[in-house]
Amino acid sequence: MAIRVAGLRVVRGGRTIISGLDVDVPAGSVVGLLGPSGSGKTTLMRAVVGVQDRVSGTVEVLGEPAGSPSLRRRVGYVTQDASVYTDLTVAQNLDYFAALAGVPSRGRKAAVAAAMSDVDLGGHEKQPVRTLSGGERSRVSLAAALVADPELLVLDEPTVGLDPVLRRDLWDTFRQLAASGKSLLVSSHVMDEATQCDRLLLLREGGLVADITPGALLEETGAPDAERAFLALIDAANAAGAEPPAREVRGRSTGGVHEPVAADRGPAGGVAPGTAATDGTREEDAR
Amino acid sequence: MNLTFATAGRVLAQLRADRRTIALIVVLPCLLIGLIAWMFEDNEMVLDRFGPVLVGIFPLIVMFLVTSVATLRERQSGTLERLMTTPIRKGDFVAGYALAFAVLSLLQAVVVVGWSVWLGMDVEGPLWLVFVVAVLVAILGCTLGLGASALARTEFQAVQMMPAIVLPQLITCGLLMPRDQMPEILEWLSRVLPLTYAVDAMQNLAAGEEWEGIQGSVGVIGLFIVGAVVLGVLTLRRRTA
Repeated sequence: MAIRVAGLRVVRGGRTIISGLDVDVPAGSVVGLLGPSGSGKTTLMRAVVGVQDRVSGTVEVLGEPAGSPSLRRRVGYVTQDASVYTDLTVAQNLDYFAALAGVPSRGRKAAVAAAMSDVDLGGHEKQPVRTLSGGERSRVSLAAALVADPELLVLDEPTVGLDPVLRRDLWDTFRQLAASGKSLLVSSHVMDEATQCDRLLLLREGGLVADITPGALLEETGAPDAERAFLALIDAANAAGAEPPAREVRGRSTGGVHEPVAADRGPAGGVAPGTAATDGTREEDAR
Repeated sequence: MNLTFATAGRVLAQLRADRRTIALIVVLPCLLIGLIAWMFEDNEMVLDRFGPVLVGIFPLIVMFLVTSVATLRERQSGTLERLMTTPIRKGDFVAGYALAFAVLSLLQAVVVVGWSVWLGMDVEGPLWLVFVVAVLVAILGCTLGLGASALARTEFQAVQMMPAIVLPQLITCGLLMPRDQMPEILEWLSRVLPLTYAVDAMQNLAAGEEWEGIQGSVGVIGLFIVGAVVLGVLTLRRRTA
């Protein structure tokens, strides 16, 4: 297992973002993390890379507790907004992150060049990041993680703002990385990307709605495409979450759709049935 | 240690890309000292006495501001969070910043002292010690700025930290009034503020003292630097809410 999460609970700003989450990410695969805005995707990723405070429960990454110093060389994290130095050139950024990852100065040039070609930014070496487009910046941010050659990549919405050609190319890169034994946890809200994943984790209100393969998702919901399958699941979960005596289901099944989870939701926290459909988008994104 | 140098190199590369800031840091103190020299044209004593003191004060103010804004920018741009997922240690981060700004302040000190001497400033003590004190003060300003940026949530707050932390030191450091003439409580206050010792060392150098005359003050500045580094490291958090 690349990531093993058990009984994870995270409180942010006095609000319980994640309550009692159990998730497994197998090694050597691409696992997609899906869910409405505010469902806890970013918080889960931050817990996995060890920068999230007020975490309880078990988060094990590559066999060690999340946030262990030895993991920092083995795990790459790309935040939702491009987090690179906009006043430096692309090459300067990548060279710095390669140095941080311990790439010796002799091999750094080659590592930088390889990461740049992975994200299709060849020829932009000398360009200051601030002069790049939004999509190019997020690719620099991704390259800054790739340059460290991590065993596990945690990518928060890496394809936002990219055109279809680039998205396809990046997903090809992700598949190649997985084929070479790397593990990837990728959040996305572009549903047709879901079909590129080996497994899908569907979050809603900090709970797991489904842990399923893309094929099984379509099959079990009977929806014609991933987007409608996703909506069907979320709507079902919202409807179930609105009923006060809902039972919390914390399965670890590896094949099917869980019973909709109503995490830590007492009668007082319940939502009237009529408002249930807007429930998932009610909260600010948890970042 | 390698990561300290990598970080210092990265910060210096960022500074190199920002020529206007470098120009401000180097040219502004020269302009101010030029103003003073001009104002007291007929009394060379003033430049001899206050020139070195100003050379010791500028780096504190400038490096404090530059570092607190730079660190805040790292927090807000998400690069700090990202760094915290890499093998860099918090000490590497703080030391990298301090090292980069020490290089910048050495440049500042060389230009400002050179300019002051050209204007007619006559330092009785050894000139190289003026550089040493100026660089130490710069490192101090840098480390204080790192600590202060942890308390600031916005750019507005970060900029306001400057008057909050630097102005009381300016008022009590002995520049406005000799410290032995201050009310007793203010004199005590001045003893726990680091700028006092920088001004003291510079005043002694201006008066012709050698290393023996300033080693106590330099030692205290060193202790403050260590304290500020520890504070800077402690206020950096790997895990945030």
